[in-house]
Amino acid sequence: MAVFQWLGISPFGLMAQLLLGLINGSFYAILSLGLAIIFGLLNVINFTHGTLYMMGAYIAWVLLTHFGVNYWWALLLCPLIVGIIGMLIERFLLRRLYQLDHIYGLLLTFGLALVIEGLFINWFGVSGDNYDVPSQLSGGARLSFMYLPYYRIWVIAISLLVCFATWYVIERTRLGSYLRAATENPRLVQAFGINVPLMLTLTFGYGVALAALAGVLAAPVQAITPVMGANTIIVVFAVVVIGGMGSIMGAIVSGIVLGIIEGLTKVFYPVGSAVVIFVIMAIVLLLRPGGLFGRER
Amino acid sequence: MKRMIGHSLIGVALALMLAGPAAAADKVSDGVVKIGVLTDLSGIYSDLAGEGSVVAANMAVKDFGGTVLGKPIQVIKGDTQNSKADIAANIARKWYDDDHVDAIVGLVATNVALAGMEVGKQRHKITLVVGAASLPITDQKCEPWNVHWIYDTYSLAVGTGRALVEKGYKNWFFITANYQFGKSLQHDTTEVIDAGGGKVVGSVLAPFPTRDFSSFLLKAQSSGAQVIGLANAGSDTINAVKQAAEFGIMGSKQIVAPLLLFISDVHSLGLKTAQGMYLTTGFYWDRNKESREWSKRFFDTFSKHRMPTMVQAGVYSATLNYLRAVKAAGTDDSDAVMKQLKSMKISDPVIQKGHIRADGRLIHNMYLVQVKKPSESKYPWDYYKIVSTIPGDQAFLPANKSVCPLIKQPYHYGK
Repeated sequence: MAVFQWLGISPFGLMAQLLLGLINGSFYAILSLGLAIIFGLLNVINFTHGTLYMMGAYIAWVLLTHFGVNYWWALLLCPLIVGIIGMLIERFLLRRLYQLDHIYGLLLTFGLALVIEGLFINWFGVSGDNYDVPSQLSGGARLSFMYLPYYRIWVIAISLLVCFATWYVIERTRLGSYLRAATENPRLVQAFGINVPLMLTLTFGYGVALAALAGVLAAPVQAITPVMGANTIIVVFAVVVIGGMGSIMGAIVSGIVLGIIEGLTKVFYPVGSAVVIFVIMAIVLLLRPGGLFGRER
Repeated sequence: MKRMIGHSLIGVALALMLAGPAAAADKVSDGVVKIGVLTDLSGIYSDLAGEGSVVAANMAVKDFGGTVLGKPIQVIKGDTQNSKADIAANIARKWYDDDHVDAIVGLVATNVALAGMEVGKQRHKITLVVGAASLPITDQKCEPWNVHWIYDTYSLAVGTGRALVEKGYKNWFFITANYQFGKSLQHDTTEVIDAGGGKVVGSVLAPFPTRDFSSFLLKAQSSGAQVIGLANAGSDTINAVKQAAEFGIMGSKQIVAPLLLFISDVHSLGLKTAQGMYLTTGFYWDRNKESREWSKRFFDTFSKHRMPTMVQAGVYSATLNYLRAVKAAGTDDSDAVMKQLKSMKISDPVIQKGHIRADGRLIHNMYLVQVKKPSESKYPWDYYKIVSTIPGDQAFLPANKSVCPLIKQPYHYGK
């Protein structure tokens, strides 16, 4: 008890803050997972990730306000639409750069992100739009230590489910083994009759579909603005670097853990909460340049 | 004979009419009165200022008649790209030095305003700041060729802070954006709360920008404060309010008081979330017949079809009164126009019974409003109930508290 007194927070208060950290962590996990898959399998540092996350949220908003399509359908449709957009980007733009250095892919996606963001500012303005929490998930549970909105519980559940299912497919199934093999030696895999270019396109599509899913999940809890992705993506990149570029499990675990650490920083040293993840990134890079779960290349 | 006298009188009158403008025209530099709208056209302030400010300035020119002292009036625009002070200073320099701009209106963020003011001050050229909020613009950093229109952090603090303390909301918890604007807003509001016998029970400095406020809100919730004061702006405020609703704070005993909220923010939050909140504004479109008529014209003229924010309305008022001052002074010379501006009454569809103090502060009524419930809103943009009018002499920093040297020793315009 003395410890809690010294920390200036009650045990219940701390528990509540840990839970909030876990919620944010699951957001980071689902975003960094998409980035990690794309980097791990395509070697592309995808700077459009944040923008496509924003696009996911906007498509959900447009579907609801203009077409009356509800949240649950949006959860399915937005990743699908954004996935298709992603596949077009991969097929017609990124594919031309595979022979070149990583930096070209990074520059292309960065430029693309700026263009898309600019277009969205032009179309939707910057002050953002509102998306209500779906009626089935509105309200919350009055726990003894906090009021926990049902929607947040749902976010944790679906994020963890999607993250671990993805991990399972890539690491534990035959399809996943093709994918991993294709990144090691695409020619050899192609020789076995597997359509590697198609596989890469689908992978990119899936990676950005995860970003769009995160966008739909975020839509009811924050302002939907054209810059929401740009504000988030830098942190997510740091998460991926800490986990180890390209490591699937690394992205998931470090996403969750860093969400919790960030949450605790908000309690004990709020002004530091914007930089804590970057400080950790710097330390990790100094001690383990390959990231916590990564291999050094 | 009578007829002849009549004719010659008409002739004299005509000659006078022709000579009048011709004489005055010599006093209009470069044969044109040019107003530069320097604002954020593409960044995070582009909804509350942006293109709408340019529309407002053009409306003012049109309402004024399109010419002044027989010379054309021209409006040009420039983009400060969010709040880039260096870009603002470069544009201002080019405008004043090469493009014959006579006055710059806009300047949305504090750093941009201070940069623009510095350029104007060196050249004795006029800046009309509409949008930036920090008090120092007319306090520590005041200068003779600047006017601060519509609002500042002090007036927001007085409006919302004092009113809530008087209503019995005495214990406050602040969630403050960790930069100059947030801190000065908290500081100014804290003074008002203390003066009213209230107390600040806690505060937290949130990084800018913050996506998730739930940790801070939880802290505020458990602090037992009656009011959670949001000393932030834009998407930070929107996120905080949205999440306060999600965590069951809105509609509970605790109230949320955003210290700076534009009507564009309320529009994007929606009344369902924003209902019941108190806020302070320098202009509300639906306040009276005059403001309503003007705002509807703005709505129709503006391609995005939105009602004006207080910043856009302020740009209209600033431009219109600048032109009136040019006309009354008979010249576009900065000193003469400033002298005129500071001696005349400011009155138009936006500002009633305003005047400009020696430090450049426009003194006028501010309004404490409450956001309507969805059921009370009868037509689009019907968002506010005006709870009280805060008279100008109470709404702004009193002259005796100002550290601006111009208050004690007004500048003597004219060489």
